[in-house]
Amino acid sequence: MGLIDGKLSDNFLTTKFDSLVAWARKSSLWPMTFGLACCAIEMMASGAARYDFDRFGVIFRATPRQSDVIIIAGTVTHKMGDAILRVYNQMPEPRWVIAMGNCATCGGPYANYAVMQGVDEIIPVDVYVPGCPPRPESLMWGVMQLQKKIEQERFVRKSISAA
Amino acid sequence: MLDVESSQRVERGPSTVPGTEDLVINMGPQHPSTHGVLRVILKMDGETVTDVDCDIGYLHRGTEKIGENITYTMFIPYTDRLDYIAAPSSNLAWVQTVESLFDWEIPPRALFIRSMVAELSRIASHLLWLATHALDIGAMTVFLWCFREREMVLDLFERAFGARLTVNAFRLGGLFQDVPQEFLDDTRAFIEIFPSRIDDYETLLTENRIWLQRTQGVGVISAEDAMDLALTGPILRSTGVQWDLRRAKPYAAYPFLDFVVPVGENGDVYDRYLVRVEEMRQSTRIIEQCLDMLPDGPVSCKTPRTIKPPAGEVYHSIENPKGEFGFYLVSDGTETPYRVRIRPPSFINLAGLKKLSVGGLLADVIAIIGSIDIVLGECDR
Repeated sequence: MGLIDGKLSDNFLTTKFDSLVAWARKSSLWPMTFGLACCAIEMMASGAARYDFDRFGVIFRATPRQSDVIIIAGTVTHKMGDAILRVYNQMPEPRWVIAMGNCATCGGPYANYAVMQGVDEIIPVDVYVPGCPPRPESLMWGVMQLQKKIEQERFVRKSISAA
Repeated sequence: MLDVESSQRVERGPSTVPGTEDLVINMGPQHPSTHGVLRVILKMDGETVTDVDCDIGYLHRGTEKIGENITYTMFIPYTDRLDYIAAPSSNLAWVQTVESLFDWEIPPRALFIRSMVAELSRIASHLLWLATHALDIGAMTVFLWCFREREMVLDLFERAFGARLTVNAFRLGGLFQDVPQEFLDDTRAFIEIFPSRIDDYETLLTENRIWLQRTQGVGVISAEDAMDLALTGPILRSTGVQWDLRRAKPYAAYPFLDFVVPVGENGDVYDRYLVRVEEMRQSTRIIEQCLDMLPDGPVSCKTPRTIKPPAGEVYHSIENPKGEFGFYLVSDGTETPYRVRIRPPSFINLAGLKKLSVGGLLADVIAIIGSIDIVLGECDR
């Protein structure tokens, strides 16, 4: 504290810039409404009356341009893969990916010609949520894991070392 | 890439206004109002839709082929994931199709529980339909209220079968185990409060001026056209045709139950809304009768350890919340089916989209897709 110690009134808080940015980012994770299959119904239930995702600052947006996180909720087929990649590339950085359910994680019960064996074949995944489909509580766990991950990210130090 | 393909799929014709040309709009597969991964390619003349083409297959998971390689019992969980909004209905269609190859005597208690759970799934499906359909048109409160009651139904499923959504409810020959007494008590408590909740939805929508303007006279289809297109379910009943497989080809415990098949008059989006709301009331009545008439006794007949139906073929269908849901099954006498063909209501009802929306406005297409009530899991299979 040193220099500024005792010089500010009581309604000031001091923190590291990194922590401030991480706190802002993790507290307003806006996912995209992009349901693929059964898991999308549980994703909707997470946002609805009982589970109320808004408590976490999670507000669903209808366009990738306004989203921070994409929840891959359901089976990813090869035909769908192109569209997912296209939507993912439209999201502004920083962006995160949650693979919800067994299908998005590893193909789930569908091991055949039509289904991609996990969405991580095309885009990088931050959190895998198991279940078929995962309960809304599981998806909340996944979002909280992602928040922990964002807390640990560093921006200032990284940009200094890059320069 | 997508745009070039779209312009090839819809034929460009001369526009009605000289010096202008038609606009091709691509809707989906990522669109909040397409209820899944449906892609619709629209040709517009100003605000008017002149041609519609659906691109499906974004959720094709090869379910029919999987069915040929696993046993009859192992296929039940895959039927959960066909119509995942009303999973027990899909289970029921499959187990009844396989059972019709045998001469098993299903115990009456199992039949009544099956009917009851199928009606609960109808309520869950219609609630999700009402929630998303109203949300598409702009009513947020309905979404929250419907999900409040849907959670109650999912709690009942969880109590009886251990899962919320993909319940794997029935087994060949009956049920896996008897339902607990708490399930029956909670179901009775649910049907006591549910009719007043339906009244609540109706106060929000039925006489709401915005709702009427967005739905009345939109997406009209005549009874003849609906039958020509083989549409089934509430979309057919909204045109005035009283066709319900629970009444026409009774299965499970439906021969013993008293219920009304609601029909509409105009065949528009509003009538489909009224038909489905009335179906929820009738489902409540059916569940109440099942609870009153529920017999005691075993819930499963004696079945062999390995299920090997005699060689032959069968088509059996039930009244899913969305329409006629059936399986065409060919058995060659071994442990695995020779062919599993699924007759999905969503796929066939979706074929009516062009008939319903050509000549309407772009915003009406959203209301029409919602009123058809598709689920892409069974549409693409």
